[in-house]
Amino acid sequence: MLSTPAEMDNPTTQAIVQAMDMQDLVIVGGGLNGPALALAAAQAGLRVTIVDRLPAAARADAGFDGRSYALALSSKRLLGAIGIWKDVAAQAQPISKVIASDGRPGEGASPLLLDLDAAEVEEGPFGYMLEDRFLRPALLTALAADDRITQLAEADVIGQSVESGHARVHLANGDSITASLIVGADGRRSGTAERAGIGRMGWEYGQTALVCAVNHARPHEGIAHQFFMPAGPLAILPLPGNRASIVWSERTAKAEELAKGDDAAFLSALRPAFGDFLGEISLAGARWSYPLNLTMAKSTVADRVALIGDAAQGVHPIAGQGLNQGLRDVGTLAQVLADARRRGEDIGSPLVLERYRAWRSFDRAALALATDTFNRLFSNDNPLLRLGRDLGMAAVTAAPGLRRRFMREAAGLTGDVPRLLQGQPA
Amino acid sequence: MSETVNTVDPAEVAKFEAMAAEWWDPTGKFKPLHMLNPTRLDYIRDQIAAEFDRDMNAPAPFAGLRLLDIGCGGGLLSEPMTRLGATVVGVDAAARNIPVAQAHARQSGLEIDYRHTTAEAMAADGEQFDVVLNMEVVEHVADPAAYLRACHDLLRPGGLMVCSTLNRNPKSYAVAIIGAEHVMRWLPKGTHEWSKFITPDELYALLEGAGLDPVDRKGMVFNPLLWSWRLSDRDLSVNYVTTSLKPEG
Repeated sequence: MLSTPAEMDNPTTQAIVQAMDMQDLVIVGGGLNGPALALAAAQAGLRVTIVDRLPAAARADAGFDGRSYALALSSKRLLGAIGIWKDVAAQAQPISKVIASDGRPGEGASPLLLDLDAAEVEEGPFGYMLEDRFLRPALLTALAADDRITQLAEADVIGQSVESGHARVHLANGDSITASLIVGADGRRSGTAERAGIGRMGWEYGQTALVCAVNHARPHEGIAHQFFMPAGPLAILPLPGNRASIVWSERTAKAEELAKGDDAAFLSALRPAFGDFLGEISLAGARWSYPLNLTMAKSTVADRVALIGDAAQGVHPIAGQGLNQGLRDVGTLAQVLADARRRGEDIGSPLVLERYRAWRSFDRAALALATDTFNRLFSNDNPLLRLGRDLGMAAVTAAPGLRRRFMREAAGLTGDVPRLLQGQPA
Repeated sequence: MSETVNTVDPAEVAKFEAMAAEWWDPTGKFKPLHMLNPTRLDYIRDQIAAEFDRDMNAPAPFAGLRLLDIGCGGGLLSEPMTRLGATVVGVDAAARNIPVAQAHARQSGLEIDYRHTTAEAMAADGEQFDVVLNMEVVEHVADPAAYLRACHDLLRPGGLMVCSTLNRNPKSYAVAIIGAEHVMRWLPKGTHEWSKFITPDELYALLEGAGLDPVDRKGMVFNPLLWSWRLSDRDLSVNYVTTSLKPEG
């Protein structure tokens, strides 16, 4: 009872032909998380196509994004595992210490500090500062150099559909890409999520982050400072040399006024909050502003769709956790898919996607709640709250066990950590 | 080879026919099998890769291997093995499973030869395979010794068989019959007959009696807190899986 040639005619042959050029993954979005996943997945033997509406050169331009990232140790390890870290290590500034303090204009920092010293965790520095202008081109260069990955730039995705056994992404030029799974890495207003019928929830904080780099007279010694001001936090994050990345969150009306004003006006407004502990400051490059909101997809998965990065959860940048969360998505999804491939499972099946959803769900919920609570608690001038948070920070500082726990959490070293985030292949 | 002993118990076949359409619903009646499947696949994959020296990072690591999946059901093992490159024949004694499995393979774009037949009939036809998967079947057949002799005949010399089943002891009665069928209702009542369960030592004796060399055994252990399965070197008290080889020449 062997299959006869008649049984193997058109439909089956077509399916086989289709399977030949069918991709495992089509990633929508060529920012940071999309390329990181493409590299990790290709290294695990998956066939990957990545699409972005912008040309790669425009994305790689130094003026594209003025931010710097506070990379958790786990994120640094993932970048090492996918072969990127060696290209950016020279531009990265190790964070040796984090000092968080409660500040009020004119009063300076509160005497009760949260003082985290990397010497207390055996893993070394618990993070690195890295500017977008170095990380983004490094990822895009590696992507272009990997001949296992098909890259489509200037490709507008206008639709997606799920057919039996696969999904399809439709492009504006009439082409379509067939894959087992569509990954949405297309940011806070993810079209992939919207087309999959995944709703979002979130809110505006009424704050805008002003971002720039400054030169300062005295060395920062690798110390990151977070001042909690009534209108929003001010982060002073060390960059290589006598430079620091500033993330200054202000009420939107005030921030817009500062953003529109000239550099001198901006600096004179910044100086009182900044203080003089790093000596005289001056601007090092352009200024950017980003309105702050929290937006979470109601689910990270749908039928043959998975979301990563800001498409899954765009969090308040208060703890620098946006990219770190995105890379946790990358490490988790890459491992789930690599494991599924090595077993011969359908990587876009509900069973496989459920493993990704379940693995990320606790982390996502905890993070959204924590950053939101943190921000609401600290962006407040209520004297009782102020006393409470001072005591809370002092308690963390005073108890070494609690402090180490806090640091390991911030470094992404707790919980069930995916292999890539431990620096191993997926 | 003219005499075919039919060891299929008709009552068992009827039970599974009623369940066939549910095979591919991960939250349906076969949820426990879908939960167990990754652990079974990991074990099968590792045993085949080690025995036939395959690199799992290669595009189709099992290419060139002819594999028989006995009791293929909806194709939960046949499809992954095909994706890994094996040439798969899936057989099931329940006729209704075959169109279900065929329809799903077509949807998945996979070429799999599904047949409504038995291991004994295949052996009588002189079919031979590099790998035989014999998963959760032996506890359902009427004559395990005759059935395993047929499995032996279906292997090429040097071929490998993975065989899993349920241990017979008070714990397996509590877990597999009372727990899975009556309390959790994962499986319809009467799915299993505890008296047909086989201890690992009994299975080893049966495999050796059939002319095979048992080379490995592992427990498959359910963790009700993590809601997941894992392989265990020591705990073979309920579900367990074995590998045996057919001697060369």
